[in-house]
Amino acid sequence: MAVKEPQLKDVILESGIEVKPIYRPEDIAHIDYERDIGEPGQYPFTRGIHKYMYRYRPWTMRQYAGFGTPYETNQRFRFLIDHGQNALNVAFDLPTQMGLDSDDPLAVGEVGRVGMAVDTLKDMEVAFQDIPIDRISVSLTVNAVTPIILAMYITVAEKQGVPRDRIRGTTQNDILKEYIGRGTWIFPVEPSIRLIGDTLEFCAREAPRYYPVSVCGYHIRESGSTPVQEIAYAYCIAKAYIDEVLSRGLSVDDFAGRISFNFDIFGNLWEQVAKFRAARRLWARIMKEEYGAQQPDTMKMKMIAGGGGSGLTIEEPENNIVRGAYYALIAALSGAQTSALCCYDEAYTIPSAKASLISLRTMQILAEEMGLCDTVDPLAGSYYIEWLTTEMEKRIVAEMRRVDEQWGGIVNAVSQGLVQQEVARQAYEYERKLQSGEIVKVGVNKYRVEGEEAPPEVELHEYRPEAMEEQRHRLAEVKRTRDALEVEAALADVRDACQSGRNVMPAMLRAVRAYCTLGEIIGVMKQVFGTFQEPVRL
Amino acid sequence: MTLHRPIRVLIAKPGLDGHDKGAKVVAQALRDAGCEVIYTGLHKTIDEIVQVAIQEDVDVVGLSILSGAHLPLTEQLVKRLRERGLDDVIVVVGGNIPHRDRPKLLALGAAAVFPTGSRLEDIVAFIAERGERH
Repeated sequence: MAVKEPQLKDVILESGIEVKPIYRPEDIAHIDYERDIGEPGQYPFTRGIHKYMYRYRPWTMRQYAGFGTPYETNQRFRFLIDHGQNALNVAFDLPTQMGLDSDDPLAVGEVGRVGMAVDTLKDMEVAFQDIPIDRISVSLTVNAVTPIILAMYITVAEKQGVPRDRIRGTTQNDILKEYIGRGTWIFPVEPSIRLIGDTLEFCAREAPRYYPVSVCGYHIRESGSTPVQEIAYAYCIAKAYIDEVLSRGLSVDDFAGRISFNFDIFGNLWEQVAKFRAARRLWARIMKEEYGAQQPDTMKMKMIAGGGGSGLTIEEPENNIVRGAYYALIAALSGAQTSALCCYDEAYTIPSAKASLISLRTMQILAEEMGLCDTVDPLAGSYYIEWLTTEMEKRIVAEMRRVDEQWGGIVNAVSQGLVQQEVARQAYEYERKLQSGEIVKVGVNKYRVEGEEAPPEVELHEYRPEAMEEQRHRLAEVKRTRDALEVEAALADVRDACQSGRNVMPAMLRAVRAYCTLGEIIGVMKQVFGTFQEPVRL
Repeated sequence: MTLHRPIRVLIAKPGLDGHDKGAKVVAQALRDAGCEVIYTGLHKTIDEIVQVAIQEDVDVVGLSILSGAHLPLTEQLVKRLRERGLDDVIVVVGGNIPHRDRPKLLALGAAAVFPTGSRLEDIVAFIAERGERH
């Protein structure tokens, strides 16, 4: 008599991969250890980019922080450093990210709201006062305004006595993803890519320890893409920047190793781990086989893996602490260089100090209590994980091919709004599955507590409208005391650099040192480059 | 018997906030429900939004705001719409809206508030019922 098999429900991952209930040796028989997996620290780096990974040094813990005035931000930075955080990730307010001064009419109500306001070098001097720039690696979350903010950072470091060839850290500086998600673009696509080329070229020559670009699959995924698309679009974007710099005569080994990645964690645990392992292997293959990289460092995909805000819920916010812990676990199982978590209250507000600390503690507990640093890539060799890693890689490759063959490359796809449309379509699909219950969100569409809406038990970050007054006051003070002739000459220099096509960074360094405002510099750049006209497709 | 034209909805992103996933998801849901949907794209001023609302003769303006600046932006929009004589255009606000701000938005003239996590069917139902101009 035949044994009756139970009826199992289908499991299909977000990336469209069907999952079997059991994996066996034959599922990975086609995978060759030397060729496809490799030793940690060796090509193709599937197991990690360093030989001993966390056994030698745990991942960097870098919570995103910054709000209000540079003074308030400085206080939060010191708080995080005092509690053991070894790197900073600086949030800027929207006017700063959009190149508007705090006294611009369009900045009303936004100054200091989602990050710190920066108008001139003075603000950066305040924000980094008594922060040991030579020992803390600082990530600056800016995109369109990167040449200016980077110039300010270099200048602050030099004023602190740290030469530019010793500064560490990264600017986000990934404009193509801003057109897909996050939205802080200013200029049209072509000049924006050129500016990224300028920063990469400048840092390759003068600040070789700095990572001038962090290509963000993160925001593409947060905007709705599948995990496969997250990696595929990010890699197409990274290749566009690399091609720009190669066209200037640099060799790929001169700069491509200084491009890092920022990826997202939410969703299925195994799919995420496999995604990161596949991404590491594929990047190594692209750099070696397609670009002819010689240096292993150029082939190493370095990443910050961040627990995504999209995974968090308004409902029962404390559950987000638990989700954050699993996201941190995924990052650790995936060999991330740096990790950051969205805080449990982040679905509502700028994180409180308490919530930031819980996120930091979550990562510290994993690293120091749970044994996540004991051995390298502990999931390697798992029938399921190795099979899934290979499946993810295949699908990422196919999606990249689609961008090139169907959309005429990523630059065209972004300019025409084609990627944006695809990502929005995926977001809608996901939302419908969420609302139908096909995708489960505990406490939201399953086990939901109905009844009266309980107000959240979180402390809301109070926006201080006075922050704008303080900021405007400091700006007026700077304008009163600076050398007006040098300001004018420096802005003319910026205009000339933009028009002539020479690298803008020297002119930016001169302009920030003269205390030109962000808005003044961006104003000149807009006159030369124009602004992006968003292609709206639904 | 009167033939009703489809409800026309303007989904608008005011201010500097660049998070448009929710706006685009709601736009697609309303379109699937039979509405005619216009999406402004990012970084619009209140005056630009009002201008489009007039040109496109919309019944509903859906504001999507995730930066925290929903109170001043909603206040300005409602004021400008009324100044231009668009008294029967209803304003619906979505985004990262704390619970405690909901009554404030309603007091400022919003017809409904749909914070992050709202059900699409609730948004569609509300607009189907209230969006039709009398």
